[in-house]
Amino acid sequence: MRLEPRESVALGWQVGAPLLAVIIAMALCSGLILWAGASPLSAWGLLLKGALGSTFALTETLTRATPLIFTGLAVAVAFRAKLWNIGGEGQFYVGACMATWLGTGLITLPAWLMIPFLFLTGALAGGLFLLIPTWLKTQLKADEVVTTLLLNFVVLLVVNWLVFGPWKDPMAMGWPQAAPVIDQAMLPILVPKSSLHLGFILALACALLMWWMMRFTIWGFEIRAVGASLKASTFAGMPVRATIIRTALLSGGLAAMAGVSELCGVKGYLTLDLSPGFGYSGIVVAMLAALHPLGVVLSAIFIAVIYIGADSMSRAINISNYIADVTTAVCLLMVLLAMFLTRYRIRWK
Amino acid sequence: MPNTPVLRLCGITKYFGPLAANDDISLTLNAGEMLALLGENGAGKTTLMSILFGHYVADSGTVEVQGEALPPGSPRAALTAGVGMVHQHFTLAGNMTVLENIMLGTEPLWGFRRNSARARAKLGALMERFQLRVDPFAMVRGLSVGERQRVEILKVLYRDARILILDEPTAVLTPQESDHLFATLRELVNQGVSVIFITHKLREVMAASDRCVVLRHGRVVLETSTKATSAEELAKAMVGASIPQATRTPHPHGEEVLFLDRVNASAPDRGASLNELTLSVRAHEILGIAGVSGNGQALLADLLSGLVAPAGGNIVLRGQTVNHLTPAAMIRAGVGRVPDDRTGTGLVADMTVMENLSTEIYRLPGFSKRGMLNFKALASRAAQLMDVFDIRCAGPDAPVRKLSGGNMQKLILGRVLSQGPHLILANQPTWGLDVGATAAVHQHLLDAARRGAGVILISEDLDELFQLSDRIQVMYQGRLSAPQDTSVDRARLGLMMSGQTFDHRGAA
Amino acid sequence: MDILSLFLETGFWLAMVRMATPLIFGTMGELICERAGVLNLGIEGIMAAGCMSGWTWVFLGGTLWGGVLFAACVGAALGLLHAVFTVHLGLSQHVTGLGITMLGVSLSSFVFRMVLPQVTTPPKIVPFAPLDIPVLSTLPFIGPVLFSQTALTLLAFILVGVTAYVLLRTPLGLALRMVGENPLAAEAQGLSVLGLRTGAVMVGSAFMAVGGAFLTLAAFDAFYIGMVNGRGWICIALVVFSSWKPGKALLGALLFAAFDAIQMRVQQQSISAIPYQFYLMLPYLCSILALITMSRKAAYPKALLVPFRKGER
Repeated sequence: MRLEPRESVALGWQVGAPLLAVIIAMALCSGLILWAGASPLSAWGLLLKGALGSTFALTETLTRATPLIFTGLAVAVAFRAKLWNIGGEGQFYVGACMATWLGTGLITLPAWLMIPFLFLTGALAGGLFLLIPTWLKTQLKADEVVTTLLLNFVVLLVVNWLVFGPWKDPMAMGWPQAAPVIDQAMLPILVPKSSLHLGFILALACALLMWWMMRFTIWGFEIRAVGASLKASTFAGMPVRATIIRTALLSGGLAAMAGVSELCGVKGYLTLDLSPGFGYSGIVVAMLAALHPLGVVLSAIFIAVIYIGADSMSRAINISNYIADVTTAVCLLMVLLAMFLTRYRIRWK
Repeated sequence: MPNTPVLRLCGITKYFGPLAANDDISLTLNAGEMLALLGENGAGKTTLMSILFGHYVADSGTVEVQGEALPPGSPRAALTAGVGMVHQHFTLAGNMTVLENIMLGTEPLWGFRRNSARARAKLGALMERFQLRVDPFAMVRGLSVGERQRVEILKVLYRDARILILDEPTAVLTPQESDHLFATLRELVNQGVSVIFITHKLREVMAASDRCVVLRHGRVVLETSTKATSAEELAKAMVGASIPQATRTPHPHGEEVLFLDRVNASAPDRGASLNELTLSVRAHEILGIAGVSGNGQALLADLLSGLVAPAGGNIVLRGQTVNHLTPAAMIRAGVGRVPDDRTGTGLVADMTVMENLSTEIYRLPGFSKRGMLNFKALASRAAQLMDVFDIRCAGPDAPVRKLSGGNMQKLILGRVLSQGPHLILANQPTWGLDVGATAAVHQHLLDAARRGAGVILISEDLDELFQLSDRIQVMYQGRLSAPQDTSVDRARLGLMMSGQTFDHRGAA
Repeated sequence: MDILSLFLETGFWLAMVRMATPLIFGTMGELICERAGVLNLGIEGIMAAGCMSGWTWVFLGGTLWGGVLFAACVGAALGLLHAVFTVHLGLSQHVTGLGITMLGVSLSSFVFRMVLPQVTTPPKIVPFAPLDIPVLSTLPFIGPVLFSQTALTLLAFILVGVTAYVLLRTPLGLALRMVGENPLAAEAQGLSVLGLRTGAVMVGSAFMAVGGAFLTLAAFDAFYIGMVNGRGWICIALVVFSSWKPGKALLGALLFAAFDAIQMRVQQQSISAIPYQFYLMLPYLCSILALITMSRKAAYPKALLVPFRKGER
């Protein structure tokens, strides 16, 4: 077997590669469905129906996609600069904690001020939090993959302490949860009788903003250059340190906004299961989108389809809904493979 | 046993993408012969030898050693057949000892214990026999370039190779070390080893080889006994009909643009630290810095690029002492920097030609406004530079990765010279370029000097230094010699490069 | 209670060695991979897979050692997947590793649910019993601490010695180290870079999986989802802390487990003002600290994270 770099990559391949990856991943996971004794075709059909089959299902899917867009953007912007932020999960909770602290009565503003205020303060907290491992990376050469991962566990334990201890809501009948945020902080619902909230629009706006920034601004140019070659951009006199700090603030901030959005848009109060791994899924979302901010929206919706659809599918045919996690993991690996095939061809000899 | 072929290459063809690196090459090596494989950069010499040794797999053609065909793509098979290769970029691990580097792969992989004592005894005998001495227990990272090459040759001899291939073995040696190397090779040949050495230096071919084969654009263009040819004929065969040459017009020197006043500096992984470095460059002047690599040139280049701050001493640019040293500050102060590592340091390989032409100027007014890039201005500048500097590529949006070495260098020169620098630092600017691109780079540097820039040219190629420089200073272990006139004797310069007769105060 | 008196208790040392065991397996596994030039971020998932597969084997009627072996095979298989992606295809070791972790974690949860569809409390198995080697375990102090452990713990200690010996003293070890320092040099000496790296990643991953299996087959007797709980990431920090040396890695794992054991004791015995969550944070914070203290001076294997593609220029 030999690998040959391709001279040029057709546009069709670039768009087709993630699609191909998704198809291969679904084919592989069909094996698991067969093992569970169901027909893959009907299972995937049930999944699609459960996620897109009705207006309600559709709004559920878009609601689920909202935090994924935020965390996906967080990963996309960080990975573009080769800042390996795997701490989206931690930053998510930092944002949610900030919103709980400020939004449960400490500060009361009219809704049109309260909501932006919570998003901004949450984002700031998340961004600053990511600065810790970033600083450790640039100053002390401590690998940020490991530090951000470990900080996820630390943050979760802090949240654990908060909801069992000082922030425990006495009205919650003993459940470990914080007090609900005030009404002015709750995000308005977009479609009546659904849970789709303003956060979705905000997420879309963020995606557009990120795309615009990456494509047209000095900052975007610097982020791409620093990511493509730290050495060359340092040599060219670019403000490398400022760029990395800026990237960290953006990435941590976006992940934290996912936390604010879930807290103020869906649940209303802080719990330990506010995020079923949105931070980690963000990595899959970003990779599926090849780190393109607008692609993130599509891949976030796709991942949301898998999760929402898997819930109803597992109820219908008695298969564990961990199938959704397996599918996303396989998607991540397959998209790597597909992206490889856009750059190389395999020659068998 | 003259004229007994020990090695035969038949019809070797190898494509990299659409480019034919080797096109139907056939050659033979006879027993006890020293064969020179001559050709300019990019002619396909290294590719051919890499196929012979099994690093690459040829698209077609066969390799035969002692009449037996070698399986393609297997360095192990080549080694077993008695073929050894000394790579241009040494294949040694710095964090291991000489003995470990040499023993690697010589014992069965699943052995219970390495037999270091036996290996050491065998190595000792080899060192004695070929007069190649080096401490077996020294860490490779502490060895000089010459010693590393000795380790590479010992590595091959340790495996009882009968055919020895050397890729550009003199590229990093002083003239004296080169002479010593060829004496060693001659000794090997006398003992029955057959040698192929790759070079682009005619002098070496004429002095050392028995026979030579000249490659151009992946084809054999001349094959002859060395006695029956001349340097002129070889040169002509190597580059084709005409040899492009940069033209030089002398110009009186102007005011001082750079003065280094007893500068000290050190950085990890950058070789020797700089010790009380003092030098001066004036406008219109080209100052050559000679020396064997690893003697502090990299650090000097880093210093003038703004990547490393001096630990002591002053850097004075056009009368202004520079205190805060960053790449951006150097660019602002009018220093144009041409680094030695084009793809890694000079360019962002995965970005486009236009983006790379913009990396030093995008924040200037006119190219961006309120944080937004002005694509129109950047594109028109890129188009203009691509035209003036003859950067050949698919277009301004082509990724730089796809450019040839010469076009990459022209891109860097375009980026640097378009800013009208007062001082140009060129570190090995023609390394790995073919003759045409080399001449173009030389011409650009000479033109820049004529227009009034001072140029510091760091090079390991003495020919280049003699051709371009007004004065030459030799660097050895982080110190600089006194400036030498270009009428200085080559051999004398060589002695200075190896540290003998080195007097940094400049007497004698 | 007094921390100092804790060190006089044999029980404390016993707990420390027990807690260190999965870390020793994981750290050795990661160290082997990294010495050959491959960062294996799949460790967390591979440990989870080892955890689940070892337990399932025994739960379905297999022997304990069979479970260990099965876990090792599952680990090696995931290692092979990692190697195909990162070694043969040269894909990003970071992203592939995270993918392997996600796959390992999700697949083990899925399979566990498939094997045991409707259970509220996880069923138990009979785990490895302490060895009580005659003579040796009656030695004062050393006896109970080292020789009254389960066989897997003993195996972990033996493994450290074997790994160190193989890496430093055998031709294979020299070849592995060279592949991690300068793959081209290894190839020029006739060695198969891809083969050596693949082998190292598979063996290393098998070790990690055994570390995971220790959790379900010796430390506890049941499988819980989320059981590995970041131990894999801690191992990666420990490898950096140890400067890629097996002996130091063992020391690091023990030191680490000592902190963990102290943390548990203090947490149990004091109704202090400090909430228990903060004690639980200590292992993660210590890992970060370990990473910080050593990273600057660390002599990384030179070719770590650098893919090797034969014949590419």
